[in-house]
Amino acid sequence: MLQFSKYQTAGIIGLVVLGILFAIPNFLTEETRDGLPGFVPKSTINLGLDLQGGSYLLLGVDTEKVIDDRMRAIMSDVRREMRPNRGAGRDRISIDSLTYDDASGEISLRVANADDFDDARDRVRDITRSGAGALGLGIRPYAVSTDNGRIVVSMTAEAERQFSTEAVRDSIEVVRRRIDPAGNKEVVIAPQGADRIVVQVPGDDDPEALKAIINRTGQLTFHAADLTVSPSDAAAGLLPPGRIMVPFAEFEGTGRGPMVLVEAPEITGDMVQNASAGQNPDGAGFQINFEFDSRGARRFADYTRNNIGQVFAIVLDDEIISAPTIQSAITQGSGRITGDFSALEASETALLIRSGALPAELTTLEQRSVGPQLGQDSIEAGAKALVIGFAAVIIYMVISYGRFGIYADIALIANVILIAGALSLMGSTLTLPGIAGIVLTIGMAVDANVLIFERIREELAAGKTPINAAETGYQKAWSAILDANVTTFLAALIMFQLGAGPVRGFAITLAVGVATSVFTAYVLTRLLAGGYLLAKRPQQLAL
Amino acid sequence: MYLKLVPSKTNIPFIKVRFIAMLFSAALIVGSFAALLTIGLNFGIDFRGGVTIEVTDSEPIELDAVRSTVGELGLGNVNVQAIRDFAGSEPAVVVYVEQQQVEAVEADEDEATANENAQQAAAVAVQNALRALLGDDMVVRKVDVVGPTVSGELIQKGATAVALAIAMMLIYIWLRFEWQFSLGAIVALVHDVIITLGMFAVTQLKFELAIIAAILTIVGYSMNDTVVVYDRVRENLRKYKSKPLAEVLDLSINDTLARTVMTSVTTLLALISLAIFGGEVLRGFTLAMIWGIVIGTYSSIFVASPFLLATGVKRDWSKQPAAATP
Repeated sequence: MLQFSKYQTAGIIGLVVLGILFAIPNFLTEETRDGLPGFVPKSTINLGLDLQGGSYLLLGVDTEKVIDDRMRAIMSDVRREMRPNRGAGRDRISIDSLTYDDASGEISLRVANADDFDDARDRVRDITRSGAGALGLGIRPYAVSTDNGRIVVSMTAEAERQFSTEAVRDSIEVVRRRIDPAGNKEVVIAPQGADRIVVQVPGDDDPEALKAIINRTGQLTFHAADLTVSPSDAAAGLLPPGRIMVPFAEFEGTGRGPMVLVEAPEITGDMVQNASAGQNPDGAGFQINFEFDSRGARRFADYTRNNIGQVFAIVLDDEIISAPTIQSAITQGSGRITGDFSALEASETALLIRSGALPAELTTLEQRSVGPQLGQDSIEAGAKALVIGFAAVIIYMVISYGRFGIYADIALIANVILIAGALSLMGSTLTLPGIAGIVLTIGMAVDANVLIFERIREELAAGKTPINAAETGYQKAWSAILDANVTTFLAALIMFQLGAGPVRGFAITLAVGVATSVFTAYVLTRLLAGGYLLAKRPQQLAL
Repeated sequence: MYLKLVPSKTNIPFIKVRFIAMLFSAALIVGSFAALLTIGLNFGIDFRGGVTIEVTDSEPIELDAVRSTVGELGLGNVNVQAIRDFAGSEPAVVVYVEQQQVEAVEADEDEATANENAQQAAAVAVQNALRALLGDDMVVRKVDVVGPTVSGELIQKGATAVALAIAMMLIYIWLRFEWQFSLGAIVALVHDVIITLGMFAVTQLKFELAIIAAILTIVGYSMNDTVVVYDRVRENLRKYKSKPLAEVLDLSINDTLARTVMTSVTTLLALISLAIFGGEVLRGFTLAMIWGIVIGTYSSIFVASPFLLATGVKRDWSKQPAAATP
């Protein structure tokens, strides 16, 4: 039990050295770390938001709305399909009723003429199979059934899942482009569960500003203006079908009344591939330059060529940001939005256009922010508690067990180094509860040594020689040490499942600490105690 | 010689006093239930939803002024507390605003979204009001906003986690020992959890998500303590085949008493350091842990072990091999 081969000894010491190696980068400055040769580990423990300050947002993605929108799109396809253009070679089918119920997620179609039923059903089958968001991978997005004279279209469960996942994934991309356009910040934007997104921005303790940029829908559309509607009719809400009234954005100096636009957009934001802010070369203020992709460029060229002298409006999130008159055909596939933008407005709007539209509405479900001052205070408090708690336990062990107490203390120090090394290796995040976890681990890690030492005392009292007593002590204590640590480890695992952020930080350090403490307290102290006992072979053991 | 809080050889008749311990535990449990039912837990925003804002100012902050300023916003129940920090830092207050309930929902907004947004609007309103009251040198240290969806989930998650932890312990002990042991250990765990909850109801300390973490740790620790005693019981049952069970239990508890006390002391040393120096954020968490360590230690000795007497334990362990040693 107390004997270790050369290789075992080397392995034990090697492991501790490895721990030191992985822990070292935490104590170096960034420049020193960058200067190190490639084989040296460089990853460090990240400080949690509660320690360095920052914002945490939990966003809910409205995936139901995404699915509803798709179903409504299918419904308008169905309506169009029943009234084909003349010359399409197919008859019109009169609709008795066509409704979408968002509670059941079903589109329900009744035809006026029972003779048309089979024809209508086949047409519905055709459109739900082709086009309209058909998914790859052989998944059928929509199911068509008939029920009592009704034709029912619903979305398959796989498709619902797929569309939701896509909405979450795309939202994450859009959010990332908005809050970290250069990709150089340490932001975390990750999915959580089926329809949640976690956003963590270290160092930014103004979540309101963050949300302002995240929550803009970013829907950009180009509409033809309809100047034939008189302002008084428009104000009274007397709009011809297919027209909408849209207010101007409240940029400085605008102050124009709302305009009547054609509801169906000529061009949509997904055809814009780039946007940037720049100085207006023709006048005061700033402008936004944008570029279309090839599809958008063609459409824009066609539209401007056919509508010279007309007014069109650029609408961002249901507000007009510019309404220029078309002077000439614009064929080069790019354009500019001039308005009285300030530099900040121009760059924010450009960023919004560039990042694209959010596929779904995001609702903030939870929001936490910590200022840098509290973070600093917490680090100091945590470090102080750690050092004092550590010192208290170390001293207590020495006055309780003397030489063996020192062995336990060496193991304890090795344990803290191993924890630091393991946390760095995993690149995990240290939170204030995480520090508490380490302090607690210090208190509990000596338990294994206490078990062993008390056992050795008993064996000595029973008249065994020191070496024998130590042998038996280590042997007999093992099952209790194992059980005790497994139970704590299980508790830590459950905690890890429980929550994000601070609690998880505590669970990680506790779990890591328990695992490393079994090694340091049971193996490392045995190496030290065994080395002493076998070399000196004392007749009496002061314990 | 070295410091020994407990003499090497003790002979305390723990089993004999088990009825007194039982009465004591029963009283604590009944008291805890009574406190939980009448006073209830003082849930923090993790579980109740709402807003907490912590601010500091260079000058002392008048709590009443803060209370009336925030109260005038019409955000419902408002709670203002000064933070007493041992570090002696600048004066700080925590403002708690209860979860907002939207009465009229605008046409284009659904109710759930409106309710989530109302919490954040409240947070902004409180900060603006505080800035108007305290001036621009006020520093916002911390803002937490938890909406109704998340708070509802956290209650469920927290309760599930504690139940799951206890169930896992039950299975583990069952596998390693016998069902009688497993039952005894679980009775002790449930005992600890109830009494810890009772303590929170009586003291009205904020019950937050971190407290669930503390309870889980207590479950782990109390289990740890119980297992050590049980391990010795199993060993002694093998050794003394004809000794009455009560005597074996007494012997085992006495054998492990020095260790039990020693480990509790080292853990408490670490925790007391955290409680004193670890700052306000960790205080509730640390106090829960300290209480839990004391209760957990008590329950391993006075609840878990005597319980074995009631269930009756298998006496013949000769066929069962000892736990493997590495």
